Amino acid sequence: MAENTSEIRYLTPPNIELAREKYCRFQKNRIKYIDYKDEKFLLQFVNEQGKLLPRRITGTSLKYQRKVAQAVKRARHLALMPYVADMLK
Amino acid sequence: MTKRYETVFILTPVLSADQVKETVVKFKKSLKDGGAKLMHEEDWGLKKLAYPIQKKSTGFYHLFEYEAEGDLIANMEINLKRDEKVMRFLTVSLDKHAIAFVESRKNRTKKD
Repeated sequence: MAENTSEIRYLTPPNIELAREKYCRFQKNRIKYIDYKDEKFLLQFVNEQGKLLPRRITGTSLKYQRKVAQAVKRARHLALMPYVADMLK
Repeated sequence: MTKRYETVFILTPVLSADQVKETVVKFKKSLKDGGAKLMHEEDWGLKKLAYPIQKKSTGFYHLFEYEAEGDLIANMEINLKRDEKVMRFLTVSLDKHAIAFVESRKNRTKKD
């Protein structure tokens, strides 16, 4: 009875990973224009299925998230990026 | 009032090299007749498409970057739509950040 109090098993292991400070990469290195033509750069904002990543994951500010979304949609129109994909990365 | 525009269009891959060149020259001429000033032109050649367009999986990509009046864009796009060799096109107006980006890109290619 006494011994199991020491090793308390949590239902969900506490994630030790501290919340690393998210920053908007466009503001940090002062990128003003997101080019819809270089798809290698835009691939970082899209998940494996080719869907746009939300801001809470990428940490970009609202103003640049809209520019990224517009650039990705233009790239998709020009078939530089797929609308749906599997194992894109 | 002239603004800067950028048009990217894709030609079907079944064309021979000179047919591609001839269509590109045709659009360049229609731009010049409309009074546009062609600032920059890029030819990405045959590229693989991310998804098939009109049952084809590759296409010739061309880019025109020019300064033109607003009304020229409408009939330019009509020409692009009417020409069945063009699979897809996209015209984008460039704001000041985009122009700064294109300028920096242009003299970067000049340097190296």
